[in-house]
Amino acid sequence: MLDLSKYQSIGGALKDAVEVFADKICLIEADREREKERLTYRDFKERAHPLSKALQDGGFAIGARASIIMTNQSKWLISAYAIFFAGGVLVPLDYKLTPDEQWHLLKHSNATLLITEYPIWRQLSTSAGRAAAKNVQTVLVTEAPANADLVGARRWEDFRGEDEPVFIARKRQDTACIVYSSGTGGRPKGCMMTHENYLEQCVALTSIYPFWPGVRYLSILPTNHAIDFMVGFFGPFTCGATVVHLRTLRPEYVREAFPKYKITYVSLVPLVLKNLQKGLQARFDALPAGQRKMFNVFVAVNKALTKSRPRLGISRRLLKQVHEAFGGELRAIIVGGAFTEPQTLQFFYDLGIPVANGYGLTEAGTAITVNDLKPFRADTVGKPLPGMEVRIINPASDGVGEVSVRSKTVMAGYLNEPELTAETIVDGWLLTGDLGRFEGAGHLQLTGRKKNMIVTEEGKNIYPEDIEAVFESLAAKEFCVFAANYIWTARSMTGEKLVLVLHLEPGQQYNEELRQDINVRNNRLLNYKRIHGVVLLDEDFPRTASLKIKRNDLAERLAKLDSAAAILPL
Amino acid sequence: MRTVEQTTQEVLDLAAKHFQVAQDSLAPDDDFFKKLGINSLQALELLSRLENHFGIELPDYEVQGVSDFRTLASRIQSRL
Repeated sequence: MLDLSKYQSIGGALKDAVEVFADKICLIEADREREKERLTYRDFKERAHPLSKALQDGGFAIGARASIIMTNQSKWLISAYAIFFAGGVLVPLDYKLTPDEQWHLLKHSNATLLITEYPIWRQLSTSAGRAAAKNVQTVLVTEAPANADLVGARRWEDFRGEDEPVFIARKRQDTACIVYSSGTGGRPKGCMMTHENYLEQCVALTSIYPFWPGVRYLSILPTNHAIDFMVGFFGPFTCGATVVHLRTLRPEYVREAFPKYKITYVSLVPLVLKNLQKGLQARFDALPAGQRKMFNVFVAVNKALTKSRPRLGISRRLLKQVHEAFGGELRAIIVGGAFTEPQTLQFFYDLGIPVANGYGLTEAGTAITVNDLKPFRADTVGKPLPGMEVRIINPASDGVGEVSVRSKTVMAGYLNEPELTAETIVDGWLLTGDLGRFEGAGHLQLTGRKKNMIVTEEGKNIYPEDIEAVFESLAAKEFCVFAANYIWTARSMTGEKLVLVLHLEPGQQYNEELRQDINVRNNRLLNYKRIHGVVLLDEDFPRTASLKIKRNDLAERLAKLDSAAAILPL
Repeated sequence: MRTVEQTTQEVLDLAAKHFQVAQDSLAPDDDFFKKLGINSLQALELLSRLENHFGIELPDYEVQGVSDFRTLASRIQSRL
């Protein structure tokens, strides 16, 4: 079992890893069918240390904040290593956000350094939001064309110091990363994750899904996301494993990567997993009747033999062709970011491909529970990881209540939000806002959400208040955006939708002109953030003394309406 | 060399064919996610089809944040 007890920081653990595993392959980066580079841990160090030295020479001090906005690639991890080595705090941001959203978070995080790639910088540098984020003093841009105007940024490739950098030690309780779990439009929720959070989570996760030199992890989920940061960077690095990056995520190239690089683990969001299921099912259905019959017999035998635990060797022999399509070395698909439907999990397990589903949220480190597959339980999100105390608050007669968690992986708090932190972490227990219960054998079953938010199948957390700005000055007396399942409590974690609640002016009609205006504004939002319908309410919204909408009270009033009739499609 | 109008029309035709909708039901300013009811993964599939058709490589970042046919066509046009 991995022992990180002697380390105080991510930087310290990584510093040792690049020495211990110097000759092992650390990173492989491919673009379509072309392999771009393959680095050993020694090569990695040789690229990261000059960057770290240049940061130090430039005045990057202990505790300084540095953001990375990049698609998954070697330079992401090299940059992160250099930041940790220099004692900095990493602010990983989602490259899929709009430039204004990125500047908004850069300002909120107070990052002084930004490392990004040229196509992203092209958009960021011309965005109006740049003017507000004066805290960002240095911008390093990767892979810029030779004649490109970098508008004040510097080339990452040329930013190199000459001597060895000085390793800056941090303490376990110091902030290692500020990770945004929401707040792109409204109130940013920047989770302050400590070095201890990551060190503890790494040990817990690798006790169930271990890494070692030779293991190859395919990194597809964005590295700013807690899951990929852990299982696509810190976890494999501390164990000397290899991380494979693809510069394009077209399904055909992702499929090719499995056999080409003999992938051991991959993390996917439920949407991609379902897509894989659909593709495989179509291939099975297309088999001639006789072959299909034989295939079904093998699946049934595999099912019987793996009832109590996975038996990879047997499954690989029984269902050779399926496993070869995945490279023949796949040990598990880690699925996260959103709820996965049990039938999808079962589909893969029946083929002998274990899907490690679990449950987590940024605020609690990477994962709270993980399915340990002994036995596989598609209807649950598994048991709490070692070191996680999980309890159900105020359970109803069926055992369902709010899931709360206490562990060394729970964040220190939200950046600049002491009140919100106090509401979220009570007496050391993190209130998740998710509803669930424990079944007899100790597996957690999730049943719904207590909080006003949705999670898309692509793993995106959407908070209604974050998208309300787009409807500002709409021709109506007042409006509010809700997650429909927050108003009309649904025993479901999938298919969630947002609705716009409108209170019209006296005598005003919900006419075509208004509907069109809502549509136009809605289309300005990224596709996964859009509202799906309008709910009309002919009464004043309840408000606080400072005129803020009392969302809980409003939701209670709306709950009395029949949802099917109340939601008018756009 | 195609004009941008021709490129746009070819994008519309190909999208209609790939997702099996009537050719005249799509317009340049339509949001393809909404109009075709597709997710980000299916959008990537469409991109691959378009690359094959036009004989170009369109990196993922070029279409980041793009959701209408007209902008998509202009990104393709700049690489023809």
